[in-house]
Amino acid sequence: MTAPLHDTGAAETAAVDVTAGAPARAIEGRSPWRIAWIRLKRDKLALAGGVVVLLLILVAVFAPLIVDLLGHPPNEFHEEEIDPLFSVPKGSWGGINSDFLLGVEPRNGRDVFSRIVYGARVSLLVAFLAAVVAVVLGTLFGIVAGFFGGWVDTVVSRLMDLLLAFPQLLFIIALVSVVPDSLWGLTGSGVRMGVLIVVIGFFGWPYIGRIVRGQTLSLREREYVEAARSLGAGRGYILLRELLPNLVAPITVYTTLMIPTNVLTEAALSFLGTGVKPPTASWGDMLSRAVDHYEADPLYMIIPGLAIFVTVLAFNLFGDGVRDALDPKGSR
Amino acid sequence: MSIPEQQTAGGPEPILRVKGLVKHFPITKGLLRRQIGAVQAVDGLTFDVLAGETLGVVGESGCGKSTMGRLITRLLEPTGGTVEFQGKDITHLGVAGMRPMRRDVQMIFQDPYSSLNPRHTVGTIVGAPFRLQGIKPEGGVKKEVQRLLGLVGLNPEHYNRYPHEFSGGQRQRIGIARALALNPKLVVADEPVSALDVSIQAQVVNLLDDLQTELGLTYVIIAHDLSVIRHVSDRIAVMYLGKLVELTDRSSLYTRPMHPYTKALLSAVPVPDPGRRTKRERILLKGDVPSPISPPSGCRFHTRCWKATEVCSSQEPPLVALEPGHQVACHHPESVPEPAPATA
Repeated sequence: MTAPLHDTGAAETAAVDVTAGAPARAIEGRSPWRIAWIRLKRDKLALAGGVVVLLLILVAVFAPLIVDLLGHPPNEFHEEEIDPLFSVPKGSWGGINSDFLLGVEPRNGRDVFSRIVYGARVSLLVAFLAAVVAVVLGTLFGIVAGFFGGWVDTVVSRLMDLLLAFPQLLFIIALVSVVPDSLWGLTGSGVRMGVLIVVIGFFGWPYIGRIVRGQTLSLREREYVEAARSLGAGRGYILLRELLPNLVAPITVYTTLMIPTNVLTEAALSFLGTGVKPPTASWGDMLSRAVDHYEADPLYMIIPGLAIFVTVLAFNLFGDGVRDALDPKGSR
Repeated sequence: MSIPEQQTAGGPEPILRVKGLVKHFPITKGLLRRQIGAVQAVDGLTFDVLAGETLGVVGESGCGKSTMGRLITRLLEPTGGTVEFQGKDITHLGVAGMRPMRRDVQMIFQDPYSSLNPRHTVGTIVGAPFRLQGIKPEGGVKKEVQRLLGLVGLNPEHYNRYPHEFSGGQRQRIGIARALALNPKLVVADEPVSALDVSIQAQVVNLLDDLQTELGLTYVIIAHDLSVIRHVSDRIAVMYLGKLVELTDRSSLYTRPMHPYTKALLSAVPVPDPGRRTKRERILLKGDVPSPISPPSGCRFHTRCWKATEVCSSQEPPLVALEPGHQVACHHPESVPEPAPATA
């Protein structure tokens, strides 16, 4: 009995004290986002993940500049670097030297460093845009299903179940083989990337949709929704102003955790030859080429593998950190 | 059901008239959502709320008090009956039709932790009524919100703070400020203090009292706590299983309860004085409240009533005024307090 008494009493006097002590400064509330940021800053592992994510994005954005400075064009053959007898790079460590920072590709002698840098572009672009597609679809369907309930909810939920049970990898492989060479005003690799983004996003939205639906189901019963209705708010206002701000946190978390999954899916599809079209550099494609040479040139397999590993790990660490920071259970 | 006119001779005009109000929540089953039954949450309520008074509504959990509150503020659509506010029938108005009414009828909610959106600042929350109603107060929304915060005893400087930075009592004050923003005539408070510490309850109850005198508000206060109701109400309505069993002014309810259920409820109020405690007899009701899905026939209280006879299980007692201003729905009302057989 004394504890809550003391608690409220202290809070109420403290509130008065603040103005007495600092009359000049306006009182700023600590928004839930700022509290999350403060908490995230304390999480060193998540910060490290975040820094790596940021570096990867910078690398992808400035790929041409980086390659100009430190490498050779990604599709330029350097047969002089290849041992003609065994068709593996000359010298040890896959041909790493001051000119080729990560060595050269067996057989054709393309610059591995440049291809990794350009591969980051493909990986991240596909992963991000597919996540955007998934988030837009998932949020839209999830919020509508959760808010309106009834048969709308039944239809959307069964659709989500259907998509989650769908063998998406097989579907994508089959789909890619029938996609024409030019589509939506894109050609070549662009078409493939477009298809990958749409398909990965399309199969990804039920994951977001379920979370959003569940959250909406619980949020719409809160009294602040009733309070808004008692003030004359319509459905649009309640959805956009009352519910959506409370859904941004879970959506953010699942988006950051969805990106690494998309990176992996893109790599797997490229590995299977249904990703981006060949001369375009991609980590999955590099891995599949490395299979033929892994005994003579293991480094050529390790480098793209590491690139995928580091990317996925960094996003996961960052995503976990974001989730912990936004966890409403630790709201203080 | 025959309903006698309420005794309001010479008194103020009723601001709210409720006639035969019914709310049944359908229970559905299967893919086709076939209705297999209904929760009869509110089943035929008739009462008036007079301008400037406080009507207290008491009853056990699940008796339909909160549903009643949400029906008269039109957060729920009534299944039957009419609700008239200032002579205008608002029973079946839609969202748009209700919007102008919302300025005059406001609600204070039970749980201060769930009634404020955690992602909005206090300024946004208390300013929302102006935005939603398209009203531009004199001196701007911010100034008006700060005035309201001051009115309910909060620091106006806390305009930019978030709900989680406040205590339960402070949060409830924010909810009250929001309800008062549009200068309503009728405020429905659904368990306004039951989620608060006892020490804070008194503060909030007194605040509601002060605001009523200051702003000339009419209150409908829903609570299960008889002490709170006694403190705030002018008239008190007692509900049991979706029906009114007794409606009268405060003093006659507490001194001369006529319905056996009211009597049992009052006998359960804790007495803070151990010396007086022994003198009083407590009536222990047997069993649980019956399910509102299939309520008992006749008088709904007959399954637990010690005075029940044949007529109680077959005929529903109408709510009639046995004295001026004292309405009771019972076949065997107690005009004079008499010792009850079932005692503890």
